[in-house]
Amino acid sequence: MTPTRLLLALLVFPGVLYAVPMGWLMQASERKVVARLQGRIGPPLTQGFYDFVKLLAKAPVPRAEPFLLTLLPLLAVGATLGALALLPVWTGGFTGDLILFVGLLELAPLCAVLAGFASRSVYGEVGAVREAVLGISVNVPFLAALLALATASGSLQLAQVAGGAPWLVRGPALAALLCCLPVKLRLNPFSVANAEQEILAGPLTEFDGPRLALWELAHGLEWVVLAGLVASLAVPGRGVAFVLVSLAVVPLLGTLAAATARLKINQAARFLWTWAALAAAASVFAALAIRHGRL
Amino acid sequence: MGVLEPLVLRLVDRARRKSAWLFHFNAGACNGCDIELVACLTPRYDVEQLGIRLEGSPRHADILCVTGPVTRTTREALATIHAQIPDPKVVVAIGSCPASGNVFAGSPMIDGPLDRIVPVDLYIPGCPPRPGAVVQGIAEAIELLVARKEAV
Ligand code: SF4
Repeated sequence: MTPTRLLLALLVFPGVLYAVPMGWLMQASERKVVARLQGRIGPPLTQGFYDFVKLLAKAPVPRAEPFLLTLLPLLAVGATLGALALLPVWTGGFTGDLILFVGLLELAPLCAVLAGFASRSVYGEVGAVREAVLGISVNVPFLAALLALATASGSLQLAQVAGGAPWLVRGPALAALLCCLPVKLRLNPFSVANAEQEILAGPLTEFDGPRLALWELAHGLEWVVLAGLVASLAVPGRGVAFVLVSLAVVPLLGTLAAATARLKINQAARFLWTWAALAAAASVFAALAIRHGRL
Repeated sequence: MGVLEPLVLRLVDRARRKSAWLFHFNAGACNGCDIELVACLTPRYDVEQLGIRLEGSPRHADILCVTGPVTRTTREALATIHAQIPDPKVVVAIGSCPASGNVFAGSPMIDGPLDRIVPVDLYIPGCPPRPGAVVQGIAEAIELLVARKEAV
């Protein structure tokens, strides 16, 4: 991997030039799918772009400690972009490291938790606590599934992890990751942390104007990277199929969001600790069995 | 910015027109107007196709929708919430209550009408106004929002 290719991955595909419009498109199409299923027309597909521009052009109300509140969303955007650049989209592309990928991916939710506390709003704090509790529950199956893939393929390089594991491991691991997706994207029935109206806007209650625009951007990028993770594990190393499978995740999540109501936090955690953990455990056992030559 | 400036300004105007986020404040309404506002989000009226969204936090909002005659207990909260909405913003009074006090006028519990507490840009009359009227009012409020050139 040369520095030029790394820069290309960061800035063009699957980085900024691809991911930013894709994030807007994915968020808008999720809203569109929900609207269609409810018998509405829903927002245009350009909605994410217009929301972003409008938020950028607003004048934030002056308040104390603007530095931390600006730094956190910036960090979230940067880290998520970094995670994106590590995705193995082309064969022979950047052989990113799984541990670095997970670290960068988890920085954005961590920033959201900190943002909730840093904004010193009651709603922000409640949202931050919920985000943290769900984050712990969701990361157990999420990381277990990734570990199973790494064990089965005998490597921590993302490209090998994606291509090297047999379907016996990859199947349940993908199922576990798919269970984690609506939680990580804060969609129904797991919209516990942002819980719009219920706790105002969760950790982001006190963010306005350009800072909120950055959060929306980070959220769009999270869409791209998580859908991209599923895609690059399902069809490793193929650029066009990567985009198509990423897009196919959106109606799936949209349908789930439209069909369900918000769970309570204990119900959400219980679901993750049983079903998602079960799928993850299956993939771990399959991986260990293969590793020791029993399968 | 030079040549780019008019282009950017036009883009911002377009974005503001296509992405108006509402914050709904109940200042002691009887719940009649509130239901009519929420009805605008239902499949029959579906304002989301215009990019309109009901937001949970005033800091995210562009348009403040107030219902009710502004009771003594809600007055302070209303002023705080109005101050927290970033510019440019528009205040819409929904129903007859915020405009005149309506059936509550003259009550010692009322601090309204609304324009004594915050500047009002647009009134939507009715007790309660029909959702169609609310949609029309919000559409006009969006034009007012775009006309505010501050804070680009
Ligand atoms: S205007 Fe009529 S319907 Fe609306 S809050 Fe007042 S009394 Fe209720």
